[in-house]
Amino acid sequence: MIKILKYSFYDLMRSRWSYVYFIFYLLLGFVLLFLNNDVSKAVITLMNVIIVLVPLIGTIFGVMYYYNSREFTELLLAQPIKRSSIFLGQYLGVAFSLTLSLVLGLGIPFVLYGLFGSNVIWDFSLLLVTGAFLTLIFTALAFNIAISNENKIKGFGYAVLLWLFLAVIYDGLFLMSLIILEDYPLDTFSLVASMLNPIDLSRTLILLKLDISALLGYTGAVFKKFFGTDFGLFVSIAILLLWTILPIFRLAYKANRKDF
Amino acid sequence: MQFLDRLVFIFLVLGSWLSHGNTIEVCPSCPVSSVKQGVSLASPYDTLLIKKGTYKEFDIRVDKPLTLLGEGYPVIDGEDQGEIITIVSDDVTVDGLFIINVGTSYTRDYAAIRVIKSKNFKIQHVVLEKLFFGIYLEKATDGIVYHNKIIGDAVEEFNSGNGIQLWYCKNIKVEQNNVQRVRDGIYLEFSDEVEIKNNISINNVRYGLHFMFSNNDSYEKNTFENNGAGVAVMFSKHIKMKDNIFRKNWGTASFGLLLKEINDADIINNVFEENTVGISIEGSNRIKYHRNDFANNGWALKVRGACYGNSFEGNNFMYNSFDVSYNSKLNDNEFKGNFWSSYTGYDLDRNGIGDVPYRPVKLFSYIVNRTPETIVLLRSLFMDIIDFSEKVSPVFTPDNLMDSSPLMKKVQ
Repeated sequence: MIKILKYSFYDLMRSRWSYVYFIFYLLLGFVLLFLNNDVSKAVITLMNVIIVLVPLIGTIFGVMYYYNSREFTELLLAQPIKRSSIFLGQYLGVAFSLTLSLVLGLGIPFVLYGLFGSNVIWDFSLLLVTGAFLTLIFTALAFNIAISNENKIKGFGYAVLLWLFLAVIYDGLFLMSLIILEDYPLDTFSLVASMLNPIDLSRTLILLKLDISALLGYTGAVFKKFFGTDFGLFVSIAILLLWTILPIFRLAYKANRKDF
Repeated sequence: MQFLDRLVFIFLVLGSWLSHGNTIEVCPSCPVSSVKQGVSLASPYDTLLIKKGTYKEFDIRVDKPLTLLGEGYPVIDGEDQGEIITIVSDDVTVDGLFIINVGTSYTRDYAAIRVIKSKNFKIQHVVLEKLFFGIYLEKATDGIVYHNKIIGDAVEEFNSGNGIQLWYCKNIKVEQNNVQRVRDGIYLEFSDEVEIKNNISINNVRYGLHFMFSNNDSYEKNTFENNGAGVAVMFSKHIKMKDNIFRKNWGTASFGLLLKEINDADIINNVFEENTVGISIEGSNRIKYHRNDFANNGWALKVRGACYGNSFEGNNFMYNSFDVSYNSKLNDNEFKGNFWSSYTGYDLDRNGIGDVPYRPVKLFSYIVNRTPETIVLLRSLFMDIIDFSEKVSPVFTPDNLMDSSPLMKKVQ
């Protein structure tokens, strides 16, 4: 598995798309800091980008990589290698290279602009950690979709739909239910609802760390009381981990049973 | 008989004029070693020259027209016993004292300096520390509170007092004071024709400045920063608010300025920066909001109903999370010629005025007003999308609430 991981990783490192991705974040970081020159404000803007773009890129990239490397996968399947290690190796190769592009691409400009001297270093690390988690989660979900759909168009369709659902439609449903149920106390409900979706969870986690959390008023105070504690942070990390591990298990399970 | 009357009168006037210059020195080693003793020895219009040193005294009752002049900031230490100086006479001046350790009580409002039913008083260059109430003016008129420094150590509202409190006062000037860490920096209740100028009120537990039932007052060029909740103006009429700075009143229940039941006021040329809510408006009518800067606030304006006939003109709204929040569909307020940083229209005829009207109420702020819990969706992609669609074709937000002549460039 390590060998395949290594191979996929180096393959991707050499490919153009990783560089494009890396350079995109690098430019984004520099431009943001150039325009703002304020590390803490740049973190807020960056959050908007991360919670939307990172899942999208993870999804598309994962599906694309799976379909593109199909021939190589079939070649590997002919070798005496465990099936789960082939797919897990590929998955981890993709996920790690994306994460690396993200962390380096954003990390370099921020470090150059004096991140270590500023007090937002923890917020920024949280941003990178959630970004990394989102990459892992959405790449895993994308691999799941790709392995279940032979048809490429269908696979892409489902992948985009998945992203659309978690990034946009989920919030819409969330909002509708909040409005419909407005006569009831909604704090626990909204707490749970925002924890179930990894994108919402990341957004909430980061928002609560920033100054802007004062805007959240009473509901924000309830959230802060939960997420601010060690227990809250532990639960949210656990949920993010769960979101990562469950698709990976399903991937391994599917890979073992799939008829090629 | 008439002649005798006149003679007596002349003697009286002469007498008071002669005694006017008398100075009594007070110092720890002088014959007069306490302020209380000095006050009892003095005749009207004398000056008590209080030399440098520490005087452990409280309940000093000034019942005749006197000048209490400190030299080298003598310390009057109340040792937490109670009130320190109580002025009950007209024409009293207190100058250059350092007063500390005012007693805290839950039944009486002990103050460092209290003025009761007096006229023409002057309190200046006084430093107050470790206080309960600072300068408490009670039914006083025609006085000046000038250039004092009040530094409290208040942590909670229930066991702290206000820096400068005016109760049933009239025609008072409060200028160049620096008030920090008390409950309300400056508090006015039933006080009319008060002028508050060039003060700095920061880090207070509750409000920087607080008006209650006070009319025809004005405050100008003050700075209110990092207070528990900013400035509150309630149940008052004809208040002029000019050239003030409201900054960093940041917190879940904070605001820069709260208007509640305010009529016919002017809010001109103020700066609102980094407040959770710039101005929170409730039941306030016929107010002019002109030439103010709102920058980096959570909400620049939060309008909460029953506000009619207000005009918003020539203001700059820059980088606020929400420019205006409104909770009714009815609008009787006028927005005209403001600059909005999130305005995306164009100006084809290049006259500096945008050709498409700007709608300052976002759908999201409307929804949040209806169901406050939805604020957890702040900065989610879904919200940006519905805000955009509402901007294109307004359905929920009041359709006449718009700035028909938004400016293309910031008002200088």
